[in-house]
Amino acid sequence: MKEKIVKVILILLGGAFLIIMLVLPLATVLVYALRQGFETFSKAITDEYAVKALHLTLLATGITVIVNTIFGVFAAWTIAKFRFRGKQALTTLIDIPFSISPIIAGLVFILVFGRIGWAYPLLEAWDIKIVFAVPGIVLATIFVTFPFVSRELIPLMQAQGSDEEEAAALMGAGGFRIFFKVTLPHIKWGLLYGVILCTARSLGEFGAVSVVSGHLRGKTNTLPLHVEILFNEFKLTAAFSVSSILVLIAVIILILRNIVEYRVKREER
Amino acid sequence: MKRTSILSRKALALAITLGLITGAFTGCASKDSSLAANKDSAKSVAITNVSYDPTRELYEQYNKLFQTYWEKEKGQKVEITQSHGGSGKQARSVLEGNEADVVTLALEGDVDELRKAGLIEDGWVNEFPKNSAPYTSTIVFLVRKGNPKNLKDWDDIVKSGVEVITPDPKSSGGARWNFLAAWAFANKKFGGDEAKDKDFLKALYANVSVLDSGARGATTTFVENGQGDVLLAWENEAFLSLKEHPDDFEVVTPSLSILAQPSVAVVDTNVKKHGTEEVSKAYLEYLYSDEAQRLEGQNFYRPSNPDILKEFSSTFNLDIELVNIDDDFGGWAKATEKFFADGAIFDEIYKK
Repeated sequence: MKEKIVKVILILLGGAFLIIMLVLPLATVLVYALRQGFETFSKAITDEYAVKALHLTLLATGITVIVNTIFGVFAAWTIAKFRFRGKQALTTLIDIPFSISPIIAGLVFILVFGRIGWAYPLLEAWDIKIVFAVPGIVLATIFVTFPFVSRELIPLMQAQGSDEEEAAALMGAGGFRIFFKVTLPHIKWGLLYGVILCTARSLGEFGAVSVVSGHLRGKTNTLPLHVEILFNEFKLTAAFSVSSILVLIAVIILILRNIVEYRVKREER
Repeated sequence: MKRTSILSRKALALAITLGLITGAFTGCASKDSSLAANKDSAKSVAITNVSYDPTRELYEQYNKLFQTYWEKEKGQKVEITQSHGGSGKQARSVLEGNEADVVTLALEGDVDELRKAGLIEDGWVNEFPKNSAPYTSTIVFLVRKGNPKNLKDWDDIVKSGVEVITPDPKSSGGARWNFLAAWAFANKKFGGDEAKDKDFLKALYANVSVLDSGARGATTTFVENGQGDVLLAWENEAFLSLKEHPDDFEVVTPSLSILAQPSVAVVDTNVKKHGTEEVSKAYLEYLYSDEAQRLEGQNFYRPSNPDILKEFSSTFNLDIELVNIDDDFGGWAKATEKFFADGAIFDEIYKK
């Protein structure tokens, strides 16, 4: 009997916590977004600046995911399948963006590529703009989401060991062939999982991007930054309408993630 | 069977990758073309106005006014990109390479930082009339409807139990005006006894419950999040909040406040680089035209043209005693050094 009461209390506590921390805030976003009717909502999300912000966010996310996927696979392959000096140092280096505050991530780019940065004269000579322009936003996003793919792959590849690759090498397969025929099929779901996480994080990145953006409306404003601007302009409904796009994308990504997780589990069996 | 499915997946991944890369490149290409359009006699020209927080609504309207004027005058379309944030933060971003053609900031000192950095030529203060301040404002109190704590003047808001919202003078231009207005009041009250002035300001900042980094953040804290009893605000910001929520707030004008002169300037280095000297200068000059002055009044800035200011006498309390940064504090350079530099009076009173 006593055990049952404890059980019920624990379940209620857990449920209440979930509702207060996750369900209510998300529901609030939707309620606020649709508070003034669907017309205001659709006007907010088809606003010129909102659409441009969405484009920029998708562009930055696209480039980020490509770069980090390629890099992540290389890094994981190197770290998991080979033995070399400085391996631990490399692993730690890759993890830095996880532990560093996004504002520092943004500031380092300003200190390197900004007008007072050491690389500025060089950029000026070539007429290239990095910070306060689109490349800076992409760089900041890449930096922040750097470890997502590799961190997902390294434990997976280490667990699988390098026996199969060695066997393939003994039978005369080249590096590329080994990778595509032996390694990739084993890690594909883990890779996809990493890519999905990386996408989710890139879409929502706020801190580092805010530092390098310069907040130029219609030029360097990403969707999360646009939400902040609208909020500061007392346009609450519009802010939450735009937020709901981000929430929607997040939900789609979570569904994809669950599908992938399910496939991974089935494959492992 | 399995092999074909892997192959088709690979093909799909390749297609997505290619699509994204093409997207990235077309994105860059379109940006280049807008840059190329920026030549003197071109059909269209693009400028960037880096401004501070509370001017969002004003410049949204002013830009339309100027676009119409310029197209009529020169037959050229102007695309104006706005950027808003805390004044000091915005000046910093221009200094670090945010390529503004014009800056319209809260403080002369912030614009002067750009001069020190070599981006703006010496003597910019006299480039436009009235110290390059086309509109002015002052610091007033925004209180909850009915003024439940009966806050009338600076004496009232230093009393214990009053929660004050004001941004951080270290990062916000508006907050420095707040600080100096309170100081001027104390200085008059105590007949110039600085020790007493410091105690007065200390009591004031002891009452501050939220110290935001920018003026707009402070307003949001007070208006939307319902924190505090009184917001020390720009007059324009206070009236704007009142317009949004007429049933929730009241504007209280204290007996004495400070004349705030937000400064405008052309960023010489950047306009030369962009070839936008003429239009940038005209953009700021047009702020003094009668139409623009009225627009500034409608957005609750005090027009610098005295005749047009009189048209708004029902909005603004024109009887308020206004001290002035140059006459009463010896200019921004001196005031900054005395009050806001590291280890200066603000640090002294806020630390204790």
